[in-house]
Amino acid sequence: MCLAVPGRVLDIEERDGTRMATVDFGGVVKEVCLEYLPDLQVGEYAIVHVGFALQRLDEESARRTLELFAELGLLQEEFGDPWETAAEAAGSEPVEEVRNQ
Amino acid sequence: MKYIDEFQDPELARRLLDDIHATVTRPWALMEVCGGQTHSIIRHGIDQLLPDNIELIHGPGCPVCVTPLEVIDKALEIASRPEVIFCSFGDMLRVPGTGRDLFQVRGEGGDVRVVYSPLDALRIAQQHPDREVVFFGIGFETTAPPNAMTVHQARKLGIPNFSMLVSHVRVPPAIEAIMSSPSCRVQGFLAAGHVCSVMGMGEYPELAERFRVPIVVTGFEPLDILEGVRRTVRQLERGEHTVDNAYARAVRAEGNLAARAMLEDVFEVTDRAWRGIGVIPQSGWRLASKYRAYDAEHRFSVEGIRTQEPAECRSGEVLQGLLKPHECEAFGTLCTPRTPLGATMVSSEGACAAYYLYRRLDMPATKAQEATPVV
Ligand code: SF4
Repeated sequence: MCLAVPGRVLDIEERDGTRMATVDFGGVVKEVCLEYLPDLQVGEYAIVHVGFALQRLDEESARRTLELFAELGLLQEEFGDPWETAAEAAGSEPVEEVRNQ
Repeated sequence: MKYIDEFQDPELARRLLDDIHATVTRPWALMEVCGGQTHSIIRHGIDQLLPDNIELIHGPGCPVCVTPLEVIDKALEIASRPEVIFCSFGDMLRVPGTGRDLFQVRGEGGDVRVVYSPLDALRIAQQHPDREVVFFGIGFETTAPPNAMTVHQARKLGIPNFSMLVSHVRVPPAIEAIMSSPSCRVQGFLAAGHVCSVMGMGEYPELAERFRVPIVVTGFEPLDILEGVRRTVRQLERGEHTVDNAYARAVRAEGNLAARAMLEDVFEVTDRAWRGIGVIPQSGWRLASKYRAYDAEHRFSVEGIRTQEPAECRSGEVLQGLLKPHECEAFGTLCTPRTPLGATMVSSEGACAAYYLYRRLDMPATKAQEATPVV
C-alpha cells in the first residue's frame, strides 16, 4: 500500500470539479486524481499513490522503476486481485508460498 | 555476492558498493525507516553485500503494521454492521484483530470491499445512498493527502453517507521516539523517500541537529538504497550530521505544497498509539473538528472495545529495530503468513513477512540465500 508507482498520463478531464487523468502503469490503466499536481500534462510521468499523482518524475527513471516493479511482481501486487491474494495467503501451505514467489 | 547480477545496473551497484567498502573504517548502525526499503534490502540481499560492520536496522515504516489493534477491532466491528459497506486497501484484509480479520468478516457476511483509491469509496457512497460507506484511512504522510482530499470532496459534494475511520501516523515523531530511547543504537537514518515527496525535508534538520544523526532521504530501489547508505556512511565517517537528499528525482525540499495545505485543512496533529510500541506524542493525525461529521468513530459508537495482543508476538521490538524477526520465538513456527500473530507477518511491507518470504532464517545464511526464490 505504501508503494507509489510511476505512470504516464494518457488524457486529462474535469470531473465533479476535480482534475482527473487516465494513467498508464506499464500496461495497467487507472483513474488518477491530479489535484495535487494540477499542471501535469498529457505524456508526462508522475509518481502515483492510491490514485493520486504526488510528484513529477522524468521519463527515464519512471521507465526504469516500472521495469523493475514488473520484474519483481510488484505491479501484480499493487493492481492484482487482493481477495485472491488474501485467500491464497490464508489457505496455501507456507512452503509453497515461498516457492511460488 | 550472487545478488549483484540481479541489480538493474550491476556495474553502478558494484561502484557504489566499492565506494562504501573503501569508506567504512568503523562499525555503524543505520535504520531504514520505510518498510518498502526493508523489503528491497532483504529481497536483494543488500545487507549481505555491505561491509560486515554496517548493520541495517529495520524501522517502523509499515503503515499496516503500526495500526493499533484497537483500531483494527473498531474496523472489524463497523464492517460487521449490516448497513455498512466497509472499504479498505487490500493489505488490511488479513491483519489480525482480536480473534479475526476483515477477510473473515466478509466470510461471515460483512460487506467488505477493496478499493484502489479512497475516491473509489466515495463513488461507492454516491452509488449506494441507502447504505453507510466507511473507508479505512490508515497510512503515513504519503497516504494521508489522498485520504484528506477524499474527506474534503465528501463535504464539498455533500455526500452524507460517507465517513472515514482515520488512523494516520507521521514519521518525524517516530524518529524522535526511537532516538530518545535509552536502548537506541541507531546512528544514521535512511529517511522514507515518498513520505518526503509529500512533506519535503523541513522537519528533519532539527532532528539531525538535536540527535547529531545524519538523515539521508532515500528511495527504495536497490540502487537508491545503496546510494543512501553510501551518503550516510560518508557523513558518519567524517563526523557530520546533516540532512541530505539521495532521492532528488522525486523529492523537492518543500515537498508537495498543495498536498500539505490539504493535510493542514482536513487533519490535526494528535497523539497516536502505534501497534506494539505504544503512544508516541504528536505522532498522528485525526480529522479536524470541522470534518467531525465524517469521522466514523464518531458516527458509529465503537468505544469500549477490549483488545488483546497475542502474548508471543514481539512485533513492537521488531518495529523499533530492537529485534530481528527471526529472533522471535514464534517466527516461522506459530507465526507464518498463513497464521499470522502480528501485522508485521501479514503486510507487504512488514519486516517479519520480508524475512519469511525471502530469507528463511531457520537455516544458515548461505542456505537461506540458495533457497531464496529468484524473482
Ligand atoms: S514473527 Fe510473528 S509473532 Fe514474531 S514478531 Fe513477527 S509477527 Fe510477531
